[in-house]
Amino acid sequence: MSMRLPRSTGEWINRDKVIKFSFEGKDYTAFEGDTVSSALWAAGERALGRSFKYHRPRGVLSFANHDVNVMLTDGLDTNIRGDVVTIRDGQKFVAVNTDGGVRNDKNKYIDSISPLLPVGFYYKAFHTPRRMFPFWENIIRKAAGLGIVNFNFPRVTKRKLNRHCDLLVIGAGPAGLSAALVAAEAGLDVVVVDENQYAGGSLSYDRAGSGELATKLADLLSMVNRTPNIKLYTGAYAAGYYTDHLVPIVRADGITKVRAKSVIVASGAFEQPPVFRNNDLPGVMLGSAAQRMIHRYSTKPFDKGLVVTANDHGYRVALDLIEAGVKVLAVVDLRASGQNADLMSNVVRKGIAVHTGQCVYEAVPTEGKFGVKEAVVCPFDEATATVDTSKAVTIPCDGIAMSAGWAPAAALLYQAGTAMRYDYTVQQFVPAKLPAGVFAAGKVNGVFDLAQRVHDGARAANDVLRYLGKPAADVVVSEHAGAAPSHPYPVVPHPKAKNFVDFDEDLQLKDFINGAKEGFDNIELMKRFTTVGMGPSQGKHSNMNAIRILARIRGLPVEKIGTTTARPFFHPTPIGHLAGRGLHPHRLTPMHAWHEEAGAEFVEVGPWMRAAYYKKPGLSKAEIVQEEALAVRHAAGIIDGGSLGKFELQGPDASEFLNRFYTGIFSSQKIGETRYALMLDEAGVVVDDGVVSRLGLESFYVTVSTSNAAAVYREMQRCLQTWKLNVGLTNVTGAVGLINVAGPKARQIVAKTTSLDISDKAFPFGEIRETEVAGVPARIIRVGFVSDLAFEIHMAAGYARHVWDALLAAGKDEGLRPFGTDAQRLLRLEMGNHLVGHDTDGLTNPFEIGAEWAIKMAKGFFVGQRSLKIIAKRPLKKRLVPFVLDESYKGQMPQECNLVIEDGQIKGRTTSVSYSKSAGRVIGFAYVDPNQASPGSRFNIRTDSGVMVKATVVKAPFVSLQQGA
Amino acid sequence: MKLINCPINGVRPVSEFVFGGELREMPDPDQCSDADWATYVHHRNGAPGLKKEWWYHAPSGTWFIAERNTMTEEIVRTYLFGQEEEK
Repeated sequence: MSMRLPRSTGEWINRDKVIKFSFEGKDYTAFEGDTVSSALWAAGERALGRSFKYHRPRGVLSFANHDVNVMLTDGLDTNIRGDVVTIRDGQKFVAVNTDGGVRNDKNKYIDSISPLLPVGFYYKAFHTPRRMFPFWENIIRKAAGLGIVNFNFPRVTKRKLNRHCDLLVIGAGPAGLSAALVAAEAGLDVVVVDENQYAGGSLSYDRAGSGELATKLADLLSMVNRTPNIKLYTGAYAAGYYTDHLVPIVRADGITKVRAKSVIVASGAFEQPPVFRNNDLPGVMLGSAAQRMIHRYSTKPFDKGLVVTANDHGYRVALDLIEAGVKVLAVVDLRASGQNADLMSNVVRKGIAVHTGQCVYEAVPTEGKFGVKEAVVCPFDEATATVDTSKAVTIPCDGIAMSAGWAPAAALLYQAGTAMRYDYTVQQFVPAKLPAGVFAAGKVNGVFDLAQRVHDGARAANDVLRYLGKPAADVVVSEHAGAAPSHPYPVVPHPKAKNFVDFDEDLQLKDFINGAKEGFDNIELMKRFTTVGMGPSQGKHSNMNAIRILARIRGLPVEKIGTTTARPFFHPTPIGHLAGRGLHPHRLTPMHAWHEEAGAEFVEVGPWMRAAYYKKPGLSKAEIVQEEALAVRHAAGIIDGGSLGKFELQGPDASEFLNRFYTGIFSSQKIGETRYALMLDEAGVVVDDGVVSRLGLESFYVTVSTSNAAAVYREMQRCLQTWKLNVGLTNVTGAVGLINVAGPKARQIVAKTTSLDISDKAFPFGEIRETEVAGVPARIIRVGFVSDLAFEIHMAAGYARHVWDALLAAGKDEGLRPFGTDAQRLLRLEMGNHLVGHDTDGLTNPFEIGAEWAIKMAKGFFVGQRSLKIIAKRPLKKRLVPFVLDESYKGQMPQECNLVIEDGQIKGRTTSVSYSKSAGRVIGFAYVDPNQASPGSRFNIRTDSGVMVKATVVKAPFVSLQQGA
Repeated sequence: MKLINCPINGVRPVSEFVFGGELREMPDPDQCSDADWATYVHHRNGAPGLKKEWWYHAPSGTWFIAERNTMTEEIVRTYLFGQEEEK
């Protein structure tokens, strides 16, 4: 039976285009623009889904995405909101959360055993005995889920856009559109967003049986469309409010991040259901839902039915229903008095009976609870919320429209930090103190009369103009007159319950009473215990009733109960909208392509990609690393060190700056000499180390570790500012390439590429030369990090690959082999060099790592010096020592960070552990008790499995040196 | 996302900035007691209110001072170190 009404102006469907879809295996037709719910309802269907807990049949409640009665999947998207998602031709829908379909859900028996499942049942029933929990968990998880995730979901990258504007208006209803027009007229750049497919808000459905408002809306929209500085986005919701007016706008195809100078929240209000038995049957719907169905989708909500109301809006709903051809049997008004005389007489004039001081006590279901058979109407005492069932009257009907009140759609206002207060003239929370630049207008601001909402929008727009320092007018908005739009307590008790407050979570009135009895009588506790507002619609249709019920239970005024804050996002936002494009920029050295060709396995070091080792068929990673290290010990190795931080310092105060920044003395450093540089923080903690080379009287070249380069450079800049020294600092990290050639044959290899005399005598360890390598300008430093004979070659990054190739050619017959960072770590360990950040942590002082030699306390101020003076007075707590395991040791390999334990006490931990082929045993660094730090001391390491391993303190290095070879 | 007004580059999103800690007056290391020095190094006043803080605009390498109300998250003003009086 078709419920479709004749064509009407302003409807949201295109009757010229018929589309096909299926629901639960049955084929249907719809008009373009139809939502799943509207098309099915028009086709005469009532049961569109099953509820979450009790598997009760559900139809339309809010018809506005304020509930999830109709939640579907098309096999691809998981939880489609049937009320608001428009159908694409050929889509096949099934309802989520059924076992065997909506009509024959095998889980429907749960509804009949619901008295056995009180609120908190799952918390209490299944936590003991523990061994049974996996069994129950399996069953509960199956029962609890909604849609099923399709793991073959295609990766669709949604676009992200940014937009700036003077004013963002959230909500394109009468208040929002009015605000936008006033602000735009004053020259502001305005963006308006509305989650609906079309603008208009209540003007598009709340018509009270008159065609007048359709014309008003058309006029308003044509004015908006003619205004070039208003950009209107529909089908777009403001997902959340973030600092400084950043509001992400979510649409089907992506997110637009709107950065506004000011925001007007004109988001309206959610209609709240009155609570009575079986208020969830298909055919029982909110008044605004019935109006949306009629005016947006030209669909009749039901044939003959009741309007149960507790405000004036119910009368407007009745007039719309009559206009749509519904036989309205009666208007049942919870209020004994206070009705709007005009609206009431309009209804009475149409021949409709109005029963004041009465309530719907229960809706009686048809077979299978797929619809309404009749309504039981009783006298209702507003003050006590009690019912006189002796005077019950039964009215046969197939639908009930409900209007009892509203809750402000204030999620974004709360997120922005708005203080709300309860206004008794409208029985609603309204903004009391708004944050700077955020404004509210319309129903969310407690303004309900249509003309006043338009004024309120203009008022808010002028407040915005004033806030932005522009001339503004004073707009007066009249106080609310007449009865409150919301009833203070539209809750009808029933001994057999099923009077629902939260439809997502199947929560009934008694669940709140029981929750409070169990002691969860604070709103936050009650929310978590009953799960009210924790379903997919996040309390949009349930939080206000929950607050009213809790207030009544505790005998407190509503404002003493408080509210919970709805966090972003306003509606669930697909992960695909949030996911980025995987844009993770890396810095590559000039030799990156070569490493790739050579089969390098890369590792991220800070922002850089570095070669960890070079893969070889048939060899494990550990074997390759040993091979690469052995090549350095026996012949020569070459490593790309381009990621090292490199800074140039120039100026008369350069040496003074370094004296203060590092622990060593640089004013006495000779030109051509390099010095170790240890960096502390103010607490005397070791934070970095590097090498300072003096190139001239006022010219220094500093290298620091890769991962700390940005932070060290930042700190250098800050110190330059505070110390006010005359130094020019340049970060040349990316501009300079770095190649290290190390091993006994390093000298012969490098010598082939440079005209410089690099004999030990002419170029001793620890010096720097500015020269040429392979015909290009380069600096060479004699370093000793991985081998005591090594040449670090620095040249412009553009020349680096050329020099790399030249060195490889020179080393071809000498056994030169590239090595990666893994071998480098082993090599430096074999050399007894600690790594800051690896062998030290956020509390390590230089005395603990034996770096006293690098600290020149007698010089003037340096960072960390004052703290070291204090630390030096205290006994040392631990000391980093090189250790070896016995050559014969075959047990479990100790790992880095295993504990050093003596007499059951933790004395320290291992920081570096590795097997060394050159040393023929396991070597490492560990923190031990200072009493056990001398060579020859034995200490215990506890391995992962708990076994104690004896280790011996030795003197570094672990390998014999070439002595300059 | 918060906006911060860099004194050199103007209003930029907070993702471009690095927080540099509270601006604190270093006591004279040669004159102060160990206890005073330890207080300077280790003690932070977590009470909300107006704080002077170091902020760094990373793309341009600009350190500056921001006066920020840690209660309201409002940045009252920003200026280069040592140029407070000129504002």
